[in-house]
Amino acid sequence: MSNTTKGDRDNTATVAVGGDATRQSPDVDAEHARTQEAVRLPVSMTVNDRLRAMTLEPRNTLLDALRDELGLTGTKKACDRGECGACTVHVEGRRVLSCMTLAVMHNGKRITTIEGLERDGKLHPMQAAFIEHDGFQCGFCTSGQIMSAVAMIEEAKAGWPSAASPDVASQVTVANLSPAEIRERMSGNLCRCACYPNIMDAVAEAAGRS
Amino acid sequence: MHPFAFSTVDHPAEAIAAHARDPEVAFIAGGTDLIGLMKDRAAHPERLLDINGLPDMARTEALPDGGLRIGALARMSEVAANIEVRRRFPVVAEALLFAASGQLRNMASIGGNIMQRTRCAYFRDEDGLPCNKRSRGSGCSALHGLNRNHAIFGWSEACVATNPSDLAVALAAMDASVIVRGLTGERAIPFTEFHRLPGDTPERDTALVRGDLIVSIEVPARAEGRASHYLKIRDRQSYEFALVSAAAAVATDGRRIRSARLALGGVAHKPWRLTATEVALRGISLDETDALRSAIARSFADARPLAHNAFKVELAQRVALRALQTAGARA
Repeated sequence: MSNTTKGDRDNTATVAVGGDATRQSPDVDAEHARTQEAVRLPVSMTVNDRLRAMTLEPRNTLLDALRDELGLTGTKKACDRGECGACTVHVEGRRVLSCMTLAVMHNGKRITTIEGLERDGKLHPMQAAFIEHDGFQCGFCTSGQIMSAVAMIEEAKAGWPSAASPDVASQVTVANLSPAEIRERMSGNLCRCACYPNIMDAVAEAAGRS
Repeated sequence: MHPFAFSTVDHPAEAIAAHARDPEVAFIAGGTDLIGLMKDRAAHPERLLDINGLPDMARTEALPDGGLRIGALARMSEVAANIEVRRRFPVVAEALLFAASGQLRNMASIGGNIMQRTRCAYFRDEDGLPCNKRSRGSGCSALHGLNRNHAIFGWSEACVATNPSDLAVALAAMDASVIVRGLTGERAIPFTEFHRLPGDTPERDTALVRGDLIVSIEVPARAEGRASHYLKIRDRQSYEFALVSAAAAVATDGRRIRSARLALGGVAHKPWRLTATEVALRGISLDETDALRSAIARSFADARPLAHNAFKVELAQRVALRALQTAGARA
C-alpha cells in the first residue's frame, strides 16, 4: 500500500516559479526540472461546509489536496489508480474517487469527506451501523466504504437502477435493495480484510432505516 | 504524474482551435481514463484543457421519433438512470451499468467512455515493456506473451489488444452515430467506423483527427431497440472488464426473428459486429436454438485465437446466443 510521502508528493514539494512547461527529454531529471516551471493555480472549494482556498499544481489530485493541503487524512490513499474505492468522497453529493480527479477541476464545488458526516458530535447512521456490525478489521477501507454507502442509498432513493436490478426499465426503490443489489452497488469498494459480510449487514441496516 | 499546464474553456470553437493548433493539448472531462494513463506514464500531455464548461453538451434528450441524443459531457450514471434510455434501449443502460463502479460512473463522461484507449496490461505497464501502441516499433509483448484477455478477431502482428468500452458495443449494435465538431465543421461518424483496427498504426484507436471534439452521440429509433440486452462475462462478477460481452437486439414476428443486431466486446480492437450472423438469423424462431447456433457460427469462420484465448471462440458464441435469447424474451 502506498502512502502520501512517496512519488508525487516529493515532486510537488518544489515551489513553482511560473512560466511555460516546455517539453524536455523524458527522463526523471528532466521531469524534475519541469516541475520547477509548473504553474500553481488558486483553487477554492467548500469542504465539509467550510470554504477552503489553496494554491495547487494542476497535477495534484483531489485526494492529495484533501490529505496534504487540508490535513483531512480520513480519506485514504491505497491503490491511487481508481481500483479500490478507499479514497471515495462526495462532490455535490455524488460519490467519486478523489484519486482519479484533479483538485483544480473542483473550483467552487462542494466536497464532503468522512470528517464531514457527523452532525453536532453525533455519528452519521451509516457510521453507527458500521460500528454496531463490526464492519471493518484494519479500517483502511472504512472511510471509503461509508462514503460510498451513504451516497449509494441516495442513488437508490433517486430510482437509479444497477446491474443487479431484475429489470432495468422498472422502478427501483430503497425498499427493494436486495443483498445482491447492495453487493453490486458497493462493488467499487474493496476490503482487503474481507469483512464483506459485516459491511453488508451494516449497509443493509442503514438502508432499511433510511 | 508529470507536471502539466491546465486551463478551462467555455466555447467549442476555442477548444477545437486549441486542440488543432497544439499537439500537446488533451481534452479532459471526467478524466477517469486519462488520469489513470498519465499515472501509468502511458499518456503525457503537456497541457490539459477542461471542457466541462462547454454549453449544452451534458444533456440526454429523448427525441420525438423514438431516438436518443446523448451529450458528450453527460455522465455514465445519469444516462444509465434516464428512464427513456432504459425503456427505449435497455442494451445501452445495461452496458453502462455493467461497466466500472458506482463512483467511476458518476465521474466518467460519455465522450470519454468511447475515447477510452484500446489497451492491455502491457500497454499500461509502468516499466515500459515493448508495446507498439505506447512506443511505435518497439514490438508487441502480448503477441507471444500472456494473451488470455486479448483479441480473436481483426488483430495484427503490431497489436492484439481489445477495446474496453461496454457502451461502445451497445452503440455499435444499434448503429449509433458520433457527432463530431472539428476544423471543417460538424460531421456524423457511423459508430462502426469510429474505432479502428490496429493494422500497422495501433497507436491510433479512432477515426478522430486533431481538433475534433465529440459533441454528442445519436442513437436513431430502431425497431429492435426495446427488445435488447447486454450480457457481460468476466473473471469476477462486478467491476471488471469483459472477457467477452454481447449486445443483442431483435425485432420479431411472433417468435420469428424479423431483424437482429449483434455486436461483441472483448474480442477485437473495436466493437465486433456479427454482420454475417445478422443476415443468417432472419426468419429463424427464437426457440430454434440449433438454428440460432449455426447462424452465430457463420461469423466465427475468421476467428484467429492466440495461444491463451482459444476459449473465447466458444465462449463468445454462447454469450451471443444467450444475449439474443434474453433480448428476444423482451419482444
